[in-house]
Amino acid sequence: MDNNHVVLETKNLNVFYGNFLAIKDVNFQVFRNQITAIIGPSGCGKSTLLRSFNRMNELVPSARSEGKILFNGEDIYDPTIDPVEVRRKIGMVFQKPNPFPKSIYENIAWGLKINGFRGSKSEMDDLVEQALRGAALWDEVKDKLDQSGLSLSGGQQQRLCIARAIAIKPEVILMDEPASALDPIATLKIEDLMRELKENYTIVIVTHNMQEAARVSDYTAMMMLTGEGERSGTVIEFDRTNIIFTRPKDKRTEDYITGRFG
Amino acid sequence: MTTTIQSLKSQNHLKRDREKKIVRALTFVFALLSVGTTAGIIYELLNETILFFREVSIIEFFTDTRWTPLFASKRFGVLPLVNGTLLVAAGAMLVAVPLGLLAAIFLSEYASERLRRILKPILEILAGIPTVVYGYFALLFITPILRDLFPETQIFNAASASIAMGFMILPLMASVSEDALSAVPRSLREAAYAMGATKFETATQVVLPAALSGVAAAFILAVSRAIGETMIVAIAAGQQPKLTLNPLQSVETMTAYIVQVSLGDTPHQSIAYKTIFAVGMLLFVMTLVMNIISYFVTKRFREKYE
Repeated sequence: MDNNHVVLETKNLNVFYGNFLAIKDVNFQVFRNQITAIIGPSGCGKSTLLRSFNRMNELVPSARSEGKILFNGEDIYDPTIDPVEVRRKIGMVFQKPNPFPKSIYENIAWGLKINGFRGSKSEMDDLVEQALRGAALWDEVKDKLDQSGLSLSGGQQQRLCIARAIAIKPEVILMDEPASALDPIATLKIEDLMRELKENYTIVIVTHNMQEAARVSDYTAMMMLTGEGERSGTVIEFDRTNIIFTRPKDKRTEDYITGRFG
Repeated sequence: MTTTIQSLKSQNHLKRDREKKIVRALTFVFALLSVGTTAGIIYELLNETILFFREVSIIEFFTDTRWTPLFASKRFGVLPLVNGTLLVAAGAMLVAVPLGLLAAIFLSEYASERLRRILKPILEILAGIPTVVYGYFALLFITPILRDLFPETQIFNAASASIAMGFMILPLMASVSEDALSAVPRSLREAAYAMGATKFETATQVVLPAALSGVAAAFILAVSRAIGETMIVAIAAGQQPKLTLNPLQSVETMTAYIVQVSLGDTPHQSIAYKTIFAVGMLLFVMTLVMNIISYFVTKRFREKYE
């Protein structure tokens, strides 16, 4: 793979919570306009790894990290880098839909305002519509933009959260099990949406659901607990998704995806 | 040796049943006691209030602008007392709301877990200071400062009582607001941070609006505390029922009036004696309405996140 296509790259990444080494020595790459899935058993550090890409981990007071994460070649953990700026370029969608208790319109407009939007009302209207269309939600909500975001169904709320994230035009969208709280139909909608979004964005998704990883992702990173007492998670294998799911090199990956583990 | 479930059941069941009945009866008596006390107070208040309104028309009570039941020419307009009460309470809220909210935001959003564990109990100790202490604090400390700044300030004045009362209610305002802010789910803060919001933007534009009904409940509770507060105003605000909006003047609140009459040698069953029940009744209705509003606001706030 051409290095120009690498958007995110971790180099010997370790993340600690206090003295506990949660993920250890992670080296992998995320390619532009691709969907990269992170899979593995519960508690192996998938979310920790995902949250280190937009520096959300540091909101936990005891968290610290070593090593590097390069975003377009620049270390986002460099002391001169403002985490707020990182998060504007690398958006996030969470496991449970968490729209703000504001109107549907405001849910999207707010992110634009805090990111320095200084245009007119009609420009704002356009951007809100664009974001909602981008998240395949416009047709369902265009007549009730002033209703609370919390009045929507779970699947719609999650798409509102995606719309909110893409409104500020990040390069990367991190998704932490975005469909785990949704029913199968809403899940399929989110997956379709992800395939559309990768035209313009790079997506990293954490998922428990291996079928989902197989269905939507282009690359897959397999994480597993290793090290002393098997307490620290690391990426044991990283490859194209079809290779991971058909000809994994690591025995543990094979055991996991065929259901002989965890 | 084996014990059958049947034998266990028969022994313990009866004993536990009896215990349950006794505990239930006891707690019922105590619950009844507090409800009964309230009912008794309302009954007594109502009784005397009705007697009062046999002698004074309710229209005069609510429309006359002078309150002189202790003078030779008696007038029974409660408005000056209501004015005094609301003036002092409003001043207290001017102090308590901004400071209380800032304290709450600091504790919930900025302070480390350790600092919060130290600061919150201290704040709650502040709530335990007897109000008489605040009263003399107002009279002997705040009033001289006010008189230095504004020489026209009267010795007894609304502003001084307001400021002291503001500090007295501050812990209540801060503590209840902080509970409301802390109850806002972490996921909302994370959503805001993930959009590139700063800590300040998150606290003021996401967390605070989400906790608004809880903060409103804190506000209403604080207002009803301010309206009912007695000792501070009796000591520092004066005893001159006046229709004024000037906080540097001496005023009299409803509670201070009740204290004044109760301390004096007002003959039992005289009309002056009955006024304190009418004023007390009005005070009771005002705080009751406040508490009812706060009950509904708090209920709405709970439904949202639990």
